[in-house]
Amino acid sequence: MSGKPVVIEIRGLKKEYRLGQINNGTLQADLQSWLARIHHREDPNSIVGKNIRIGNGRIMALNGIDLDIRQGDRLGIIGSNGAGKSTLLKLLAHVTSPSAGTIRYNGRISSMLEVGTGFNGEMTGRENIYLNGAILGMNRSEIDGKIKDIISFSECGDFIDTPVKRYSSGMYVKLAFSVASHLDSDIMIMDEVLAVGDMNFQAKCLGRMRRLATEEGKTILYVSHNMATIRQLCNRCIVIREGALVFDGDVENAIAAYIESDEMNETRYKLDDTERWHDPEGAKLLSLEFPDKQASFFDAGEKMRLAIRWQATEPIASIFLRMDIKYMDMSQVGVTIAPLGSAKEGETHVSLLEFDCTNIAEGKYFFTVALNPVNTRTMNASYDDLKQKIYFEVGKQCQTDKDWNHGNLGHFLPPDTRLLRDRIVEA
Amino acid sequence: MENQFETVLTANPNTFRETCRQVKAYRDLILLFVRRDFVLTYKQTVLGPIWLLIKPFMTSVVFAFIFGGIAGISTDGTPQLLFYMAGNMLWACFSTTLTGASNTFITNSAIFSKVYFPRLTMPVAQMLISIINFFIQCAMYLIMIVYYKLTGADIMFTKYAFLIPVVLVQVSVLGLSIGIMVSSLTTKYRDLSIVVTFALQLWMYLTPIVYPLSMTSGVMRACLLVNPMTMPVEIMRLGTLGQGTFNLPSFLGAIAFSVLFFAAGIRMFTKVERNFVDTI
Repeated sequence: MSGKPVVIEIRGLKKEYRLGQINNGTLQADLQSWLARIHHREDPNSIVGKNIRIGNGRIMALNGIDLDIRQGDRLGIIGSNGAGKSTLLKLLAHVTSPSAGTIRYNGRISSMLEVGTGFNGEMTGRENIYLNGAILGMNRSEIDGKIKDIISFSECGDFIDTPVKRYSSGMYVKLAFSVASHLDSDIMIMDEVLAVGDMNFQAKCLGRMRRLATEEGKTILYVSHNMATIRQLCNRCIVIREGALVFDGDVENAIAAYIESDEMNETRYKLDDTERWHDPEGAKLLSLEFPDKQASFFDAGEKMRLAIRWQATEPIASIFLRMDIKYMDMSQVGVTIAPLGSAKEGETHVSLLEFDCTNIAEGKYFFTVALNPVNTRTMNASYDDLKQKIYFEVGKQCQTDKDWNHGNLGHFLPPDTRLLRDRIVEA
Repeated sequence: MENQFETVLTANPNTFRETCRQVKAYRDLILLFVRRDFVLTYKQTVLGPIWLLIKPFMTSVVFAFIFGGIAGISTDGTPQLLFYMAGNMLWACFSTTLTGASNTFITNSAIFSKVYFPRLTMPVAQMLISIINFFIQCAMYLIMIVYYKLTGADIMFTKYAFLIPVVLVQVSVLGLSIGIMVSSLTTKYRDLSIVVTFALQLWMYLTPIVYPLSMTSGVMRACLLVNPMTMPVEIMRLGTLGQGTFNLPSFLGAIAFSVLFFAAGIRMFTKVERNFVDTI
């Protein structure tokens, strides 16, 4: 891997954003702000942002990145929201310019920050291929040479001379992706482009990306929150946290490093004013805790106990707690449900619950909670539905398991298979 | 090691030469933008591109009615319709280029924030569209000239007709330059796009379109001679109708003005295009 030439060299890359509005966009608002300043009043037009990299109303979205990317690398870029991943891609795609530092590269970079950019509903599929291709940097003769491949890859051949406003959203995306993936560029940048399209088409796209990298020596930079596609596509992965590069290496270790970064030691969550999917109706969760625990770590064989405080604001005939459990890479583990009984209007209850987590594989997880009126695991109308992630970690369930790989082995340990009968039939 | 890379992105804006090189490299894209505009403007319309001819024709008819008929403003003895057509066509070329270019950043912010291509391709495409429209209207204008000539009107082509290509370039470049300057400023002050519509209207009346330059005198005339749109309109009439005023200092001034604005416009544009995505 290290023998290949470096195609992108990033040195001391910084990107600074100013918080609030750069200015207010109208002269009148600018005057308002100015008047407020000279009268020492609060600026009516200011927007307060919150981030630890703030200083003087500025934020360093990227704070000194050094990175060498070699030809044929399939580089995954992961990090939590706001870490600076997208900023890095935007700078590489030349959509915006660095505040300091340099990016040097060879060949053509094409970005697929969002597929279908520049598509126009009134124009036919074929016209859009030409326009989109040109926007992405191809000239007419290049597109002429590829249009057959593009059309056949898109699976839209029958509709190619129909205006794309009459396409289904799936066809639209397929066509857009085909154009982008047939670019003759040496470096391709993708930001979650594969979140769309049907499963078969996704697999086809990932396959094509990998082939482009391995057989044609193209370099791919891929940002995603979906660790499964990172695992499928990438051979190298970096983790960005708060504008800095914190890990650079192989994919599994990068994902582990990314997961490491979140808080594990919280045992109490105050939930009365956290973010919710909708305003509580009828019942509200007030708090959740793992009683008598120092950290939300559950060792082999230990069952998870939780205490929740909730309040009924109207008479409730039946109420259930729904817990939606996910692995740290956002992949789904499962959903469990607990009956909480019933309540009269105005009552506040504390319910102690026990969840058997012994058939969850070792690793770090989180769950989200909701109060439901019916006993169902599927999505349902709810009294209260929270966005807050509640983190926990499960220890090694079986000492013979080494280096549990969630990508290959999953998160769930089905019960051991019982031996019913064993007899020797031939000796 | 330093120069082994083909492309270097830094915090500095592109140079003038680099900007031109990029626009040239993307000429296919410019042509596609032009094509797209024609396809989109006339899709699902009954008359289609005929609208291109109806618009200046109807404006000229209205002008002939109000300014020529009711107000009785002289047209230097040329047929009123032709007199107003000449001014309107050239003015439309200028003002559509300017307005189109001035909206570059705002109307394209969605696409600009996702993919890079030289931002200047958009206003340049707009300029080409306006020039093409001008040529189409010219065809109608020529037919009208022939018609009037046959009916015995006192009009003739003069040697100034050879200056019309120069004038067309100057007017387009001027429109483009002011347009991209305005568009650079609209990323900060949106109000400017409203001002532009208004200012263009005023400017039109300060340009000898509904009246001939020969009608004015004194301070008024001096002001008109400073206006870089005055000579283009006068030359257009002088070349095709044989009536108009040619003033060399004013013409050279207009050209110098356009070149200056072009340089300043490109400079502002390249400075703003780097980071406007962060602020728009």
